[in-house]
Amino acid sequence: MSAMTMAPRRDHEVSPGLWALAWRRLRADGVGMFSLAIVIAFFVMVVASGLGLIAGDWSKEIGINYAPPTWFKDDVATAPPPGTPEVKPQDDPGVAAASAGAEAKADESSVVDPLADVLKEVRSEAAKAGPAQVTARLDTLPFGADKWGRDVLKKVIKGSETSILVGLASAFVAVLIGTLLGALAGFYGKWIDDFLNWFYNIFTSIPYLLLILAIAAVLNKKGMMTIILILGLTGWTGTFRLIRGEYLKHKEREYVRAADAIGASNSRRMFVHIFPNVSHVVLVQLSILVVAFIKSEVILSFLGFGVPVDVVSWGSMLNEAQSEMILGKWWQLAAAGTAMAILVTAFSLFTDALRDALDPKLK
Amino acid sequence: MMAYIIRRVWQMIPTLLGVILLVFVIFNMVGGDPAYVLAGKISNQEQIDNIRKQLGVDQPYTTQLGIFVKQVVTGDFGASWSTNERISSILETRLGPSLMVLVPLLIIETLLAIAFALAVAYVRGSLTDRAVMIVCTAGMSVSILVYIIVFQYWLAYKLGWFPVQGWGNSFRENLFTYAALPILIGLVVSIAPNLRLYRTFILDEINQDYVRTARAKGLSDNKIMWTHVLRNASIPIITHVMAGLPGLLIGAFLIERFFSIPGIGREVILAVERSDFPVVKAITIYVAVATMIVNLLADLMYKAVDPRVQLK
Repeated sequence: MSAMTMAPRRDHEVSPGLWALAWRRLRADGVGMFSLAIVIAFFVMVVASGLGLIAGDWSKEIGINYAPPTWFKDDVATAPPPGTPEVKPQDDPGVAAASAGAEAKADESSVVDPLADVLKEVRSEAAKAGPAQVTARLDTLPFGADKWGRDVLKKVIKGSETSILVGLASAFVAVLIGTLLGALAGFYGKWIDDFLNWFYNIFTSIPYLLLILAIAAVLNKKGMMTIILILGLTGWTGTFRLIRGEYLKHKEREYVRAADAIGASNSRRMFVHIFPNVSHVVLVQLSILVVAFIKSEVILSFLGFGVPVDVVSWGSMLNEAQSEMILGKWWQLAAAGTAMAILVTAFSLFTDALRDALDPKLK
Repeated sequence: MMAYIIRRVWQMIPTLLGVILLVFVIFNMVGGDPAYVLAGKISNQEQIDNIRKQLGVDQPYTTQLGIFVKQVVTGDFGASWSTNERISSILETRLGPSLMVLVPLLIIETLLAIAFALAVAYVRGSLTDRAVMIVCTAGMSVSILVYIIVFQYWLAYKLGWFPVQGWGNSFRENLFTYAALPILIGLVVSIAPNLRLYRTFILDEINQDYVRTARAKGLSDNKIMWTHVLRNASIPIITHVMAGLPGLLIGAFLIERFFSIPGIGREVILAVERSDFPVVKAITIYVAVATMIVNLLADLMYKAVDPRVQLK
């Protein structure tokens, strides 16, 4: 608000547009800018990792199995020697029972080890390369290593790439569908509105996660594209409702009627005249959905319905971390959980700031 | 009142038909012939043929849809493909454990969230308010998976305060032993977002004129907050609680899975993992019906809370 009153309005000056004003308000919001910086940092990391600049070699087994984080090394004096295939403390009956329980549970829900294939591949490559690699394994890594001695830090970067890309892409799909249907329903009204509202009622009467699981059950094939489509095709309802309301409001406004009077076609009025005036709603919806879909992707991948087995994501890391916890190897959980928490917090705070900046009437 | 209820129930029919159509498209048209799914789990060809005949796979889609509509109307979805258990009996046995976790969770969580939200809204703008909001925001950003894994590890496995997982036979044992930790985790996960939301609902009311009037005539702050403000803020709160109700049944599936609680949510996961389509279909339809009924109940509750609301 202060930015608005500060800007002097003179007749010969072009008054700043919606986006310029919003940017000015956003810049004045310290928390919002800080969150934006974090979100951008994550995106830069995703692009760098996507281009193979960083974490390209995440699947290399550079450390010993379950190498602890560097600063934690002293506490874990009993790190297993390199080459030990499994760490199974049998002396403590509690541990054994718990891990047996975990295994039984894993069997029952048929959780497949998501990296078994990759491991096999990497092992065979390593065997070809000769035994020199094995001797070079490190005792500790900055954020520790996983079961196979891969750097958790690099894994988190690679996992962020997957999770964030899925979140962004599916949010785009959902917002696109929601905006298009919402615009049609709000603009044309009558039977189109009735029909699309019926459609909306159907999708909202089935809980979102149940719908996702039902589609996942049927498709039964994993892949980035599949999960993006599932999330996108089911997540459009909130956007639809909001955009429909906006179009209902705007189509009777004078500027739209003026456009009608000078002969602008329906689609021109819908997308050239009205759309820029509701685009801030779309943008806010987009950022809300990115956060929601990142969370959904993590849960789906955790359950094994998400990304394929050879792709690492935050969800698949948490899946591994579940059984690692029983062995006391908490660093993969901490790394994936922290990375996700930081991004989600920053993104949510940024969304709030964005909403405030775009719609100063809202409090 | 009665006319309103009848009209609302009447309006549910097109939506329910739509849900049936959607489920049908997903499972019969996208899912295709179940023979290849069944081949993996049933070795008896005769049995597979039987199931195909029951579904009418070789018939045109209209006939298949007719079969499905009949299943929905009669409530007889046949038997599970994996365990051959009647689906009606699966749902009956799984509903109890789910409710045993969800009912206490919902009651405690709603009461605590409202009480905290009133307290925080009362001291709005203060350091306490901001600190609580920051803690809530941070708490919300951590994945529910992390909460479950860490709580199960520390409280159940390391400290031994709760059983790591499992489910007993007696009501008391289940409620106080096995359901306790799942309820605790549910509370930790759901209070933060609800507290934040309810706080904004209450803040919308707290600046209204009637609050100033109440204060001016000398009412205590307690009375103003708990009677005047809460009653007015309760409409959006009811909407939120009721809207989340059917989703909760499914949403608790992670907790049910981790703690091996034989509830509806875990059944959905198992059914999806086993491609047990009839179970998923039945649960989807029932939950959709439950959602519609709950929405109607929510509208009736508005009327009870706020006499100004006109049902039309």
